[in-house]
Amino acid sequence: MFKMNLSHFEAALLFALFTSVVLAVVTKRTDRDRLHYGVYTFACFVVALFGLGWLMYFGHG
Amino acid sequence: MAKEKEPKQPTVPFGAWAPAVGLAWLIPGGGHLLLKRTGRGVLLMLAITGMFLCGLMMRGAMFQPQSGDILTILINTGGFIGDVASGILYLLSSWLGYAQPDVAGHVHDYGTKFLVTAGLLNILAMVDAFEIASGRKD
Repeated sequence: MFKMNLSHFEAALLFALFTSVVLAVVTKRTDRDRLHYGVYTFACFVVALFGLGWLMYFGHG
Repeated sequence: MAKEKEPKQPTVPFGAWAPAVGLAWLIPGGGHLLLKRTGRGVLLMLAITGMFLCGLMMRGAMFQPQSGDILTILINTGGFIGDVASGILYLLSSWLGYAQPDVAGHVHDYGTKFLVTAGLLNILAMVDAFEIASGRKD
């Protein structure tokens, strides 16, 4: 079977994408709200990804 | 002051929601397709199946329930439930002999998380299918 070799960043982005799609579909009632919430959730994941990345960078010394 | 009682929601007969929830477990997005929510069903199917396949291609490990200390029981049983919740994806990969040992490495580790999260997202899809089938949601 094909093997995927992704970096931390790529894997986390892929995780954020799939999770955002499902959360948007199941939590909102109109397509417009779903689109907004999906983009918002994905953006939150990315912000958290960079935030935690820098936090670990500075915490590591 | 006495609180007003919230009106009880009427109980939905088992037969009204069980086929949709059962199909939603077996085939991610299948419950929505059965309930004629085609667009949402296809999106759920693509996202959950895509996540599970990525987990397989990253050679993630499947959990098996284990006995031992409380943390071991919690992690392995919870992970097993997450894996099984993917329905046919889990069953097929088990029947076809997928048995990746838990090895070190960030890609394998992400793969394991992808496999479990695909199942957990499918549980959300099952709950959504239940709400639609029982008339609590459009």
